[in-house]
Amino acid sequence: MLASLLRIIALTRKELLAVLKDSRARNSLLLPPILQCLLFGYAATYDLNHVPYAVLDRSHSVASQDLLAGFDGSGLFERVGNLRTQRQVADYINERRALLAVVIPDDFARRLQAGGRAHVQIIADGRNSNTAGTALGYAQSVVNGFNSAWRTDHGLPRPPVTVQARAWYNPNLVTRWNMIPGLIGTLTMIQTLMLTAMSVAREREQGTFDQLLVTPFRPAEIMAGKALPSMLVGIVQATGVLLVAQLWFRIPFEGSFLTLYAGLTLFVLAAVGIGLAVSALCQTMQQAMLFSFVLIMPFSLLSGLTTPISNMPLSLQYFTLVNPLRYAIDIAQRVYLEGAGPGVLLPDLWPLAVIAAVTLAAASWLFKHRLQ
Amino acid sequence: MKDRESWRPKGRRILAMVKKESRQMIRDPATIAVGVVLPVILILLFGFGLSLDVKNVPLAVVLQDSSATAQNLLSAFALSRYFRPQVVHSSQAAERLMIEGRVDGMLTIPSDFARRFGAGNARVQLVVHGSDANRARIIESYVEGAVGAWSARQAVQEGTAAGGGPVEIRSRLWFNSANDSRYFLVPGLIVLVMTLIGAFLTAMVVAREWERGTFEALFVTPVRSGEILLGKTIPYFALGVLGLLLCVAAGKFLFHVPIVGSLAVLIGGSMLYVMVALGVGLLISSYFKNQLVASQLTMLATFMPALMLSGFLFDLRSMPAPIRAITYLLPARYYVALLQTTFLAGDIWPVILPNAAALAVMVALLGYASRAVTRKRLG
Amino acid sequence: MQPPVVTGTDLRKVFRTPGAGGKVWALDGVSIEVRAGELTALVGPDGAGKTTLMRLMAGLLVADGGSLRVLGFDPAVEPQRIQDRIGYMPQKFGLYEDLSVQENLDLYADLHGVSAAQRGQRYPQLMQMTDLGRFTGRLAGRLSGGMKQKLGLACTLVRSPELLLLDEPTVGVDPLSRRELWVIVEHLVHEQGLTVLTSTSYLDEAEKAARVLVLHRGKVLAQAEPAAVTRAAAGRSMVLDPGSGPSARIVQARLLDDPEVIDAVPDGGLVRVVGSGEPGPGRDTIAGLAPRHVEPRFEDGFMVLLRGTAAHETGVDIRLQRPPAAAAAGAVVEVRDLVKRFGDFTAVDHVSFRVRRGEIFGLLGPNGAGKTTTFRMLCGLLPPSGGVLQVAGVDVGSAGAAARARLGYVAQKFSLYGALTVTENLEFFASAYGLRGALRRERIDWAVRQFELGGHARTASGELPGGFKQRLAMGAALLHEPDILFLDEPTSGADPLARRAFWRRITALAEQGVTIIVTTHFMQEAEYCDRIAIMDGGRVLAQGSPAQIRGLAPTGGGRQPSMEDAFIAVVENARGRDAQARA
Repeated sequence: MLASLLRIIALTRKELLAVLKDSRARNSLLLPPILQCLLFGYAATYDLNHVPYAVLDRSHSVASQDLLAGFDGSGLFERVGNLRTQRQVADYINERRALLAVVIPDDFARRLQAGGRAHVQIIADGRNSNTAGTALGYAQSVVNGFNSAWRTDHGLPRPPVTVQARAWYNPNLVTRWNMIPGLIGTLTMIQTLMLTAMSVAREREQGTFDQLLVTPFRPAEIMAGKALPSMLVGIVQATGVLLVAQLWFRIPFEGSFLTLYAGLTLFVLAAVGIGLAVSALCQTMQQAMLFSFVLIMPFSLLSGLTTPISNMPLSLQYFTLVNPLRYAIDIAQRVYLEGAGPGVLLPDLWPLAVIAAVTLAAASWLFKHRLQ
Repeated sequence: MKDRESWRPKGRRILAMVKKESRQMIRDPATIAVGVVLPVILILLFGFGLSLDVKNVPLAVVLQDSSATAQNLLSAFALSRYFRPQVVHSSQAAERLMIEGRVDGMLTIPSDFARRFGAGNARVQLVVHGSDANRARIIESYVEGAVGAWSARQAVQEGTAAGGGPVEIRSRLWFNSANDSRYFLVPGLIVLVMTLIGAFLTAMVVAREWERGTFEALFVTPVRSGEILLGKTIPYFALGVLGLLLCVAAGKFLFHVPIVGSLAVLIGGSMLYVMVALGVGLLISSYFKNQLVASQLTMLATFMPALMLSGFLFDLRSMPAPIRAITYLLPARYYVALLQTTFLAGDIWPVILPNAAALAVMVALLGYASRAVTRKRLG
Repeated sequence: MQPPVVTGTDLRKVFRTPGAGGKVWALDGVSIEVRAGELTALVGPDGAGKTTLMRLMAGLLVADGGSLRVLGFDPAVEPQRIQDRIGYMPQKFGLYEDLSVQENLDLYADLHGVSAAQRGQRYPQLMQMTDLGRFTGRLAGRLSGGMKQKLGLACTLVRSPELLLLDEPTVGVDPLSRRELWVIVEHLVHEQGLTVLTSTSYLDEAEKAARVLVLHRGKVLAQAEPAAVTRAAAGRSMVLDPGSGPSARIVQARLLDDPEVIDAVPDGGLVRVVGSGEPGPGRDTIAGLAPRHVEPRFEDGFMVLLRGTAAHETGVDIRLQRPPAAAAAGAVVEVRDLVKRFGDFTAVDHVSFRVRRGEIFGLLGPNGAGKTTTFRMLCGLLPPSGGVLQVAGVDVGSAGAAARARLGYVAQKFSLYGALTVTENLEFFASAYGLRGALRRERIDWAVRQFELGGHARTASGELPGGFKQRLAMGAALLHEPDILFLDEPTSGADPLARRAFWRRITALAEQGVTIIVTTHFMQEAEYCDRIAIMDGGRVLAQGSPAQIRGLAPTGGGRQPSMEDAFIAVVENARGRDAQARA
């Protein structure tokens, strides 16, 4: 038992040395996740703050000026053109110069003054309908503001029902707040899985695996020795991303670190298990690379990070059940933003444990049988 | 005359390299998998899997008022295809559903709702689950819209003053009137898939020759380094274009994304992009001469940036200036603009030309750089 | 007379190593000349600068100093003009393994602009020369090592080059294939007047050249015809007959420590000695035996030249602290009817042999004979399809960690961790074999001392010079003082000096009771073994002591038959019988 443990430690130490000695390898493990986290933290947001819009004001009235002042003063819209013809509206939208075009008809002020109902037409570039929808939502709130001011000024009754909306866990609904905790798992998985998948294939290609097999190492010890360093690297990477989230983006952390790290450890174990199974299947680094790449793509895209899982067709929702990243993102977001405790997270934790157990068992079975 | 003499052996050497490379490509099942099978699988998986449309939102409704008016409002939610309301009788129960993540929001209809509605100042409370901010915001606006429409209908029925505000927006979504997120996700996915496929196909090919030592003998022949690169690019370009056609066909026939622009522009622009993607792989491969490093770097340099920084999902204009500056260096942003426009808006030359030009410049730069990096020298 | 094809003056080339070393002068003031229409051989130990020199000529590297002209061009300025005209076969010829023989040939013919008419004439010649005609459709990756080398040569010869550069064309090639390759090269030079420069670590090959260039540590030691090199040992070559006394191997090992002796090797049951004294009758007795003067051969002269510069490096005596227990009297390794099939191909076909404790057992055979497969089964890396395979009394298939702890294994290719330093590698393998505490420290120190690795302790092992890699691999395999040592082509590509140091250690280990199984392509090295088995086509063709095997060679020609003659005779006889049986 002790001999076995010592061998595992020796292998772990060797793996870590091999990774950490080479300054290029060392940097490639820590820098990319942190840089990506910084980059994507700023980039990966559905929030808009520079909506370019063009105006075709046919009303030329004080009221229309008031409404437009609401757009300009919101800090979210940026007027890129004052148009004269409908034709120009098409040009601005077609050529992507404006995301929205606000057309105020000539009877706008007249109908408004008459106490009747005026309308403005807003044309949105639907090439990215999500962005367009968000921008339209902003426009609606500008118009709502104008409406309530108009009602107050002119003694009109308020709308019969108002919705008082609040958001839990992310009061200002900033995309970054849920994106960055999600990145903890995503960025960690890519390299942990690949590192593990490649490590055995590399030994096979360089002939060192044979040398390892003639020593007293047992297959299970080799697996453990390969898994531990990758897990350590994964946890360190996750910590790096976590630090960026807290120190740079200053996203308030609501939960307990213990819970978060417990969840992450399980997740990294599952990722390493998948990596080991891949490495047991592959003879060459190229195969291992390709294989892990084929897994990482769907894992990271169908994880709920960028688009919700509940939007997927049922068959794909079933597929996501075997995706460890799905659970990791859920755990990270909920511990981070909601302060969720282990009890609530149980539905995320046990599938990770199952994935880890199954992949590790499969890897060790494959290891034994590939050696034959 | 002299030129023709030097061109003929040149052509023959390129042809020889193309033949060699094609044979190796065809015999390597992994390459075919990456070039043909993978794009199809990815486009199917993600085409079906990715959607930002908000439908059937699970919503806990705390119904504290049992009046007909409140029931009426509830049925408006139940009938909407956007909501799946679930009535609970206490806020504690609703909160529990929220904490467990079983509902995306909770709507409270207070006990004085009907009374205050008569007085024209009713309120409902909405709490959304903020763990997906984008979705939460859409839900917020949908709830507001549903309540507004309901109250306007009530007002009309009861013959009271016209509901709604003094100013109303009539919005139109050009190019995607169905407001189907798949319309923009599928072209974006084609960008993502072609980026990966293109770069991955070539990321290994030069590094492999360095690693296997096949270059040393090849170098000491009349073949020029430019000819070696060209010989490697041509077959993979053909494979990449095949993958592209499969993706476009899937977009058109499987996901019914309309192709408003001309197919020629679509394919032409895409070919440019395939060349850029191949060039990225080739450059990385030639520079690092190591399959492991090349493939890892390709992964880092293509996949995440094409997803995050291309305008495929996230609006480029809202990114901070330094990040936006970085996106100008990424070929994917030009191709996303080009593809979304030709697919959904048509042949709008003021969009297509600058983006195509940017891609063409990148092809030239990458070609030049790969050439400069691949010299017939060892060490 | 024609002007020389290659002239180099005061060539210098420096490589920077990332380790503590800094700079290594691969070439340090080399001036050379390659004459037209002649075969010039480039010889020298590992790291002498042979490959660097060839690459400079091919325009693949640029010299840091001096001037070089190849076919009248400066390779640093106009490499393409040279590359259009010469043929170059690198040490590891990069055949495209996923292309067929014909496709590889066609590629090079296309690149060289060989017309269809020329091909019609050239291909049959090449096929006849290389005997590859039967395999044109086969993928290059499926060829044996020797056939790959011949195909590489054929690819460089798709058109007649003005200069042919061959970098160690026979490394890792068995004696049969080696002989065939040389027939081709000599034919090209003598019949077609081709200018050839070839580097080699086989000194008998260098002897066939018109001129030799002896390179050592980046400097030229000699540039002359082979006979002139041989003359350096004039009057110093002797043989000793150990008779019924200690075996030739033991006498030879002792002699290597004698300051008066430059070189000693076992040779056909005798010991061949090169004395260091002035040419003359020398001492009356050496090692108590009466020397008989013989004609020097090229290798003797070469060793004299090297000893002039190199330190006396063979004076290492290997001592185990805990030699294997003498208890096990019977066979330590027992192989009976061992069979290995891959699909319907039988790689190892009912092989049987026994190796006793303290014996050196050599497995010899052409490329693809099944040696490596047998070897991998012995080490437990490959399960046999049938037969009995016992190592140290335990069935290999069921051998646990404890059984493996008694084995040492040195692979053919360097297979330690290149990124780790020498010390880190040793530490890892010490832990892998369960060494702990003071014992671990002591064994690592022992290995560093024994294999003189102290100077490189902190060098990444992937950057070690070839000879040191070999020593490190041995050191790592001996840390746990194994009872049985498996060595797969340990001396492939090693120079004569390194080979002597290696065998010195091996014989010392065997004397202390370590059982050693070794494969080799160097037939002279079979002389170091107690018993050898010659394999071909998966079968053992002959088995016995070196003297018994030598006895199988056809006698005649008045020459004492060498081990190589015997080997070729045994293999060719068996193949001839097979061909008859098929017919």
